[in-house]
Amino acid sequence: MKVNCILSGVGGQGTILASKLISQAAMNKGLTVRTAETIGMAQRGGCVVSHVRIGEDIHSPMVPGHSADIIIGFEPSEAVRCLVYLKDGGVVIVSRKAVMPVTASLGQGSYEASDMLDYLAKHTKNLIIVDGGKICEECGSVKVLNVALLGAACASGGLGITLSEMEASIEETVAPQFTQMNIKALAAGAAAAKKS
Amino acid sequence: MKKFLMGNEAIAWGAMQAGVNLVCGYPGTPSTEILETVAKNNDGSIYVEWSVNEKAALEVAAGASYAGARTMVTMKQVGLNVASDPLMSLAYVGIKGGMIVVSADDPGPISSQTEQDTRHFAQFAKLPVFDPSSPEEAYSMMEAAFALSEKYRTPVLLRPTTRICHGSASMEIADKKTPHPAAGFEKNPNWVIFPKLSYKNHIEIEKRNPQIGHEFSACRFNTIYGSGSWGIATGGISYEYTREVLGDNDVKLLKIATPHPFPEELALEFLEGLTEVLVIEELDPVIERELLILCGKHHLPVTIKGKLTGDVQNAGEYSVESIRTVLHKYIGIPAPRKEESLPALPVRPPVLCAGCPHRASFYAVKQAMKGSKAVFSGDIGCYTLGNAQPLEMVDTCLCMGAGITIAQGLQRVDPDTKHFAFIGDSTFFASGITGCINAVYNNTDITIIILDNSTTAMTGHQPHPGTGKTMMGSISDKISIPAILEAIGIRDVPVLNPMHLKEASNAVKKAAGSKGVSAIIFKYPCIAVAKPLPAFKVSEPDCTGCKICIRTLGCPAISMTENKAFIEPSLCYGCSICAQVCPQKAIKGGSL
Repeated sequence: MKVNCILSGVGGQGTILASKLISQAAMNKGLTVRTAETIGMAQRGGCVVSHVRIGEDIHSPMVPGHSADIIIGFEPSEAVRCLVYLKDGGVVIVSRKAVMPVTASLGQGSYEASDMLDYLAKHTKNLIIVDGGKICEECGSVKVLNVALLGAACASGGLGITLSEMEASIEETVAPQFTQMNIKALAAGAAAAKKS
Repeated sequence: MKKFLMGNEAIAWGAMQAGVNLVCGYPGTPSTEILETVAKNNDGSIYVEWSVNEKAALEVAAGASYAGARTMVTMKQVGLNVASDPLMSLAYVGIKGGMIVVSADDPGPISSQTEQDTRHFAQFAKLPVFDPSSPEEAYSMMEAAFALSEKYRTPVLLRPTTRICHGSASMEIADKKTPHPAAGFEKNPNWVIFPKLSYKNHIEIEKRNPQIGHEFSACRFNTIYGSGSWGIATGGISYEYTREVLGDNDVKLLKIATPHPFPEELALEFLEGLTEVLVIEELDPVIERELLILCGKHHLPVTIKGKLTGDVQNAGEYSVESIRTVLHKYIGIPAPRKEESLPALPVRPPVLCAGCPHRASFYAVKQAMKGSKAVFSGDIGCYTLGNAQPLEMVDTCLCMGAGITIAQGLQRVDPDTKHFAFIGDSTFFASGITGCINAVYNNTDITIIILDNSTTAMTGHQPHPGTGKTMMGSISDKISIPAILEAIGIRDVPVLNPMHLKEASNAVKKAAGSKGVSAIIFKYPCIAVAKPLPAFKVSEPDCTGCKICIRTLGCPAISMTENKAFIEPSLCYGCSICAQVCPQKAIKGGSL
């Protein structure tokens, strides 16, 4: 099995934990994993991209262009920004809710989430739009967006990791008091993917 | 055992298993997690400290190495500039216990001031350097580097780059560590650097380095693959990118993992039968120059291409794509695909967090100096982000501690302008104090604003002398910034909560009006180390949509929704400053 996955979002949205959860799940299956993260200044509201590469004979920790099997976009415009990584026929999971940069409120760089989603729909064949905001509300925390998107990613089949494998990874990685909430978000994300 | 480790964690585990006795450093992206990993997994046998700066760290480690301990010092590349004074001399004096100086380079740069190349520092200081191409290799290099260090009684550099430091890999690591008890310090005149000793040791170093180069030619980390008359020489992460691009294409490939002293014999073996070599390396053309020298020395008819010939980009980070673009011109690999143009995407410059006390401090100073000529010198830390709109309160930023001294130089030339210097608490301890003394001693009219958020925020909340916490888990007396300033001779320094905007602003006016050096300490914890207060809310009927809150503060929690300001409750920390600037008193919460 060989899977290239890109997680893209805005600093603070939890991409790093999501990449850790995928890696742990793959490791549990005895697979080899390589990842690259954005850590540092960009974490303060900048664009962040995590690369996860599963399988043998992988050299670069970063996913090469047009070779991602799946892009998990935490935000519509950040999913668009990473389309250069998507291979033909790859899966895109994206949260519907836009995160506006501060500059947008100052009158620069504003955009419509729907334009970004339309662009994604036109340029990809396997698009799954997840109402991440709604799932977070239902689960009672904005912090579960990452796990909700992972639920959709598992359900799509593009990640090569099953829901129960991801559940096990959550139980291993997340602090016990948050496990229940995250597993609920995982299931909600999976359900959203099946509906779309 | 199999572990999934970040490069920085792998370096830490490699050091711990090699029996490192002492680890010290100063935080700096991308190096910070190395020391943190040692502290977190310390069985009690390792002494770990965040030193006050890189120079202190290197000297502490040198002392321990004199006494026979295995030591590791960690820093980012610009930290090595700070530590370069002891490093250059230590290269002559040498050590006893193995000593690894980790200096993490940052091609891009992604989170740094410069794209400097530590391999040059190794050449300059005449020290061996290891340049890992993956987290696994970084792990394996640690024992080899300690052994080499002890064999030649010299500090050894390890220079991982960001993609090694912050890349993770599943890897096999040993289960046990090999202890290396330190023998203790033995008095010997060789520990005292004198011109005569330096001359003698210089001769030894020049004799020794070719020997190390010879040893490196047989080093398992340096490799030659493939065949043909056209070759690629590379090292570090570029090696992995190149392998990825090459796939099954057979090309003669030289990987240099020890760029200094250069493994000449191995390189000659590689050059044998080649007509042209392309050198692919991030940052400076170090391998390229070494190969050129070798071709000159041995009159080899080989063309060396790379940065110096303009064939490979000479600044910024490399990627699989950038290398594919270059290699496509030389070998039969497909060209990178032409990218479709994407729709206009938002620019996301990093910003001060919602609830960040720096925002209040900058705003208070800005308000106080409205209409007056003033220049604001910044420094290194989260507060560099005060340069962004709408605050625009950082006019200069150079390096750690420079804000205070840059302001003094500006003042000498523009005495009719008011000069401010902003500095954070950790940076103040690292290298701000000497600048304060300089200002007092030389009677400079400047105002120093200390932004004390009780942590080293930018690098991930490390403790420092002002917090009293140490990496060994003990608590020391907190070192008082007001007491230091007073001892220097800066009188009547108010310590204020910047969230009280009016009081803060009045204090700035008063300080700005006084002669000589004045200072204010704005003290409020970073949101990451403080508990959030209840969120504030916009009362929609009262909000006129004037956007003053947004246009003056630029808080990421506030946006406009249907012509009214909206505060995202999940982001708001209840700092209250938006409520204080709202002319309609439309923002409610807390006691407001």
